[in-house]
Amino acid sequence: MTELSLVQAVNAALRYAMQEDPRVLVLGEDVGIDGGVFRATDGLIQSFGEQRVLDTPIAEASIAGVSIGLAAQGLRPVAEIQFTGFAYACIDQMINHAARLRGRTRGRLSCPMVLRAPAGGGIKAIEHHSESPEAMFAHIPGLKVVTPSSAAQAYGLLLSAIRDPDPVVFLEPTRLYRAAREDVTEDGAGLPLERCFTLRNGRDLTMVAWGAMMRETLEAAEQLAAENVEAEVIDVATLKPLDGATILASVARTGRLVIVHEAPMTCGYGAEIAARVCDGAMTSLLAPIARVTGYDTMMPYLRTEAAYMPSVARIVAAARRVMAYA
Amino acid sequence: MQAWESTATRVLDGEGNVIASMPAFAADPDELLRLYRALVLTRAFDTKAVALQRTGRLGTYASSLGQEAVSIGAAAAMQPDDVFVPSFREHGGQLWRGVTLQELFLYWGGDERGNDFRGPRQDFPICVPVGSHAPHAVGVALAFRLRGEKRAAVCVFGDGATSKGDVAEALNMAGVWKVPIVFVINNNGWAISVPRDKQSAAATLAQKAIAAGIPGEQVDGNDVIAVRTVIERALARARQGLGPTLVEAVTYRLCDHTTADDASRYRDDAEVSRHWPAEPLVRLRNFLISASHWDKNKEDALLHECNAAVEQAVAEYLAMAPQPLSANFDFVYATAPAELIEQRKVASMAGEGAP
Repeated sequence: MTELSLVQAVNAALRYAMQEDPRVLVLGEDVGIDGGVFRATDGLIQSFGEQRVLDTPIAEASIAGVSIGLAAQGLRPVAEIQFTGFAYACIDQMINHAARLRGRTRGRLSCPMVLRAPAGGGIKAIEHHSESPEAMFAHIPGLKVVTPSSAAQAYGLLLSAIRDPDPVVFLEPTRLYRAAREDVTEDGAGLPLERCFTLRNGRDLTMVAWGAMMRETLEAAEQLAAENVEAEVIDVATLKPLDGATILASVARTGRLVIVHEAPMTCGYGAEIAARVCDGAMTSLLAPIARVTGYDTMMPYLRTEAAYMPSVARIVAAARRVMAYA
Repeated sequence: MQAWESTATRVLDGEGNVIASMPAFAADPDELLRLYRALVLTRAFDTKAVALQRTGRLGTYASSLGQEAVSIGAAAAMQPDDVFVPSFREHGGQLWRGVTLQELFLYWGGDERGNDFRGPRQDFPICVPVGSHAPHAVGVALAFRLRGEKRAAVCVFGDGATSKGDVAEALNMAGVWKVPIVFVINNNGWAISVPRDKQSAAATLAQKAIAAGIPGEQVDGNDVIAVRTVIERALARARQGLGPTLVEAVTYRLCDHTTADDASRYRDDAEVSRHWPAEPLVRLRNFLISASHWDKNKEDALLHECNAAVEQAVAEYLAMAPQPLSANFDFVYATAPAELIEQRKVASMAGEGAP
């Protein structure tokens, strides 16, 4: 076991995947000698050479587009988009091509690629660097959308994403890149892409979040425990496809649900979870579902971003409202 | 700045007279007859496809009338294990590569199975979002280079696509990585209603290669011998590791943009009439006749054969029942996740008349 930060775990997973499978290659802006602006690809070019670690020109749409061609040829490209604000340029390629190459050709061609990007705010970055676009990608049939919340998860989920036969958008919470270190067993074991992870068991309330928001959500659960409210905390991890069964089973037990995400509220992924719960666990609900989210504004600049992002206090307040509902 | 000369390569003039030295492949009359047959078959397919659309038996269709030589010349220059990454007007090239008439009718008739080519398994299906396939072709070519294979990609797009960022990005990346690829511009003069001179202020589209640091040249896109010659040369360079080439094949769209278009809204018939004499079939036929490789009996036999093949394919296409909607669920992912299996059940029930 090694103590790794989340970004080091990403690096370790890439390294393992490249050693394990000669078809895996990494491409993106500054991924070569610079090791990526966050160092996610640090040292890979020294180990695997320029043939498998490719610095690209600054052309995000084509980083995705070239990956589609590579993947159709049976390679396993892992493309890095430097910041999620730049991933919007890839959306045409991801929707019109990556997501439906299998469907269009009735399985003759497929697209086993990973599009990695740092996501979310809270790092005092310049504008366009703190986006949370997971719901946009999750809306697209044919894509998988994964976001880890810890180093161990990043390692196991990224390995599974690279091994997956279909395109995966892998959103790495920038705020967690170096926030903590934890023991990671670098044994190449993947984590499943078709299930949620229950990080805390509780009988009174279900709280659902993903990515960087797991920290605030778990801390809120701690505070609630001091008030004798035992919250069950579920880390969605893979948003598409969604493990609805785990969430429904939890809500069936607790009857109360708080959903937390950093992205704006309207059409955010929380709306999908709420709709699924209304559909599948309506009779279990003891209170309206609460969403604690970013606001429907642009992502503010660094001076006010902290006030924009869901805080522990906002999550606790929402949980109290849900608990107080008769 | 690099000086730019735009002399389009031509082997045959508009009347089919030889005006330049013939390429090596043309020494074999059978090779020329193969090209001629491909032109005739493509036009027979095209004529039938338009007729089927007009009678409600095919979806919206993009005709290739007058532009067949671009596509066929490009495909004829390729090796079977190269990969073709075409735009939506490249029926001739697809047929040459081994896509069947029935598959083309299926595709344009709105059936995904038309893209499951039994022949060229690695070729891409046609690309409808203009120019967005150019980066895919670069990725394919990059895969060849990384694996050390002597294969190449050929990507065809229209004059309108040269305005797209995807194409600029693809040319640029291909140049940086020196990947084995030939980009072919099917410059038919029109992007729906927008003429070539309103698409770009560049004197030629081939010169867009200069900014990418790669060779670019023009060819007479109605001269199938010239198209094949120029693209064979570019492919040879690609296979030698000398990188990409941009070829602008200058042709003319004798048809509407698609069956959903009415070109009379923006284009004079007189202009179209002026371009008819330069069309590619008559030109090659005149040459073949003058070289004593062709006569009226052979022409009649070929027309009969091509029309019969098209009719046979139409019959097969029309006889094929549509897929059930539930088939769509089988190709979203390699393995359908639980939520999709649920939706497939609902779709299957709805298809059987349940609410």
